[in-house]
Amino acid sequence: MKDIRAKILSNKKTGHAYYKMVIDAPYIARAAKPGQFVQIKCGENSGPLLRRPFSIHKVERGIEILYEVVGIGTRILAGKRQGDFIDVLGPLGNGFSVPRAQGLKPRAIIIAGGIGAAPLVYLAEELKKKKIKTIALIGAKTKNLILCEKDFKKAGAEVYISTDDGSYGCHGFVSKLFHKILKTSESKFMTVVYVCGPHGMLRCIADICKERNFECQLSLEERMACGIGACLGCVVNTISGNKLACKDGPVFNASELTW
Amino acid sequence: MAILDIKIGKIKLKNPVMAASGTFGYAREFEKLTDLSLIGAIITKTITLNPRQGNPMPRICETSAGMLNAIGLQNEGFDNFIKEKMPYLSRLGVPVIISISGNNIDEFFILAKRLDKIKSIAGIELNISCPNIKCEGLVAQDAKETYEVVKAVRKITGKTVITKLSPNVTDVVKIAGAAEDAGSDAVSLVNTFLGMAIDIDTRKPKLGNITGGLSGPCIKPIAVRMVYEVARNIDIPVIGIGGIMASDDAIEFMLAGATAVQIGTANFVDPGICVKTVRGIENYLRKHKIEKIEDIIGGMEQK
Repeated sequence: MKDIRAKILSNKKTGHAYYKMVIDAPYIARAAKPGQFVQIKCGENSGPLLRRPFSIHKVERGIEILYEVVGIGTRILAGKRQGDFIDVLGPLGNGFSVPRAQGLKPRAIIIAGGIGAAPLVYLAEELKKKKIKTIALIGAKTKNLILCEKDFKKAGAEVYISTDDGSYGCHGFVSKLFHKILKTSESKFMTVVYVCGPHGMLRCIADICKERNFECQLSLEERMACGIGACLGCVVNTISGNKLACKDGPVFNASELTW
Repeated sequence: MAILDIKIGKIKLKNPVMAASGTFGYAREFEKLTDLSLIGAIITKTITLNPRQGNPMPRICETSAGMLNAIGLQNEGFDNFIKEKMPYLSRLGVPVIISISGNNIDEFFILAKRLDKIKSIAGIELNISCPNIKCEGLVAQDAKETYEVVKAVRKITGKTVITKLSPNVTDVVKIAGAAEDAGSDAVSLVNTFLGMAIDIDTRKPKLGNITGGLSGPCIKPIAVRMVYEVARNIDIPVIGIGGIMASDDAIEFMLAGATAVQIGTANFVDPGICVKTVRGIENYLRKHKIEKIEDIIGGMEQK
């Protein structure tokens, strides 16, 4: 990991409520793996004080982050322009682990809820490189909040959509879609599920995975200060005691968590 | 070249910038991000005799020009600290000061006694001022209790003892005086200010512990005032802490009377801030043609 003063290559609104920023950080791009994140100083001296964590969305020209404006930090970030510089610390955290064939052929099911799609696109690209069959389920409240459909398709995933209001794809939560997919899909694979999204959704998917005996890797989001394991602000309760979302995570195996 | 050396008790520091307890982990967390050997001293995350789980989440929240934390002294306890963290710290080549806390005088005494035997430890900082542990008032809120804890530790160790004071008191000078009388080699101030924040939509406190400690640039003017008051009333060195984000802030504390400073919250924002602050102090001394850092301590001029 390094703390880099990096140039913004582009910062554009994408879709209805989200932004994509490409940052010229070749070191981080080279060192990163899917599921890892960066800590960005959004404002200069005028604040906000703490950095904000963003998962790495893609690593093409530098690194890309996909974010939603939710508070003062992301609001300032959304106002940044091409050519501006920002402090980026990363790559941080552990990242997803890609399944290895053990008898049965591995298959990945990616489940994204809302902005939770951000780290999963990078994962899908990696899975494509490893030639692992991938299904991507994307859920959101409504049609114009569905993220990364094209990106997942481009990464070779078989894509299914669900919206809470039924405006696009399957009507209902993405967990319902997950059930449906499992009923119709073949089971000759060793399935690994990768999920990122709201807390309730994570729990629901984790429960389904437990019933089916699927490995389930969740990317958790916690408020954090340092991002490097020093402040102990982002504790996650696990069967082996307190762990840190920033250092031991943000990806955890569902079976480790005590919720 | 300006002389940056200072002395705190028996500890010789090559510069007056220390990493504050609780904000720098056990140093290893920062090894890839900064040159640890350039920092004046490192104060480790507070350890207790037995492991502590800490407080429920959320443990931190940002406030205007600051942050609240309620970590609750999560740590692995003394034995694990010695086994897992101490070997690395011993190799650093930088004075390492161990922050300790206890539920009672005995625990402080036992910890100090055990640490006294470890050669590679430069000193002990007594954290009698963490606002995030459940007990009836802090040691640092009572002059008599402060005296007793420091006295007990002083009796058992010849190592440099620094007493970390709380700003959550009416008269910090009185508490600092008690620490001095009991034989503390220095006092460090301030620990965090007790504060809280509420989410107005959910009506829930923003911290799992409801209250927490406020730190960051917002507390600096109060901390500078407290350092100023203490430094002119006691004879042992004062270590200034509170919202230092750059070398200008560190110099301000020293002009107010601090012999050294500790950088806390800023480590979360910029892992290289301690070293940058040392460089900044050097530049200041050069610019003002000051030979020794000692010459600026308490150097504020009154009209």
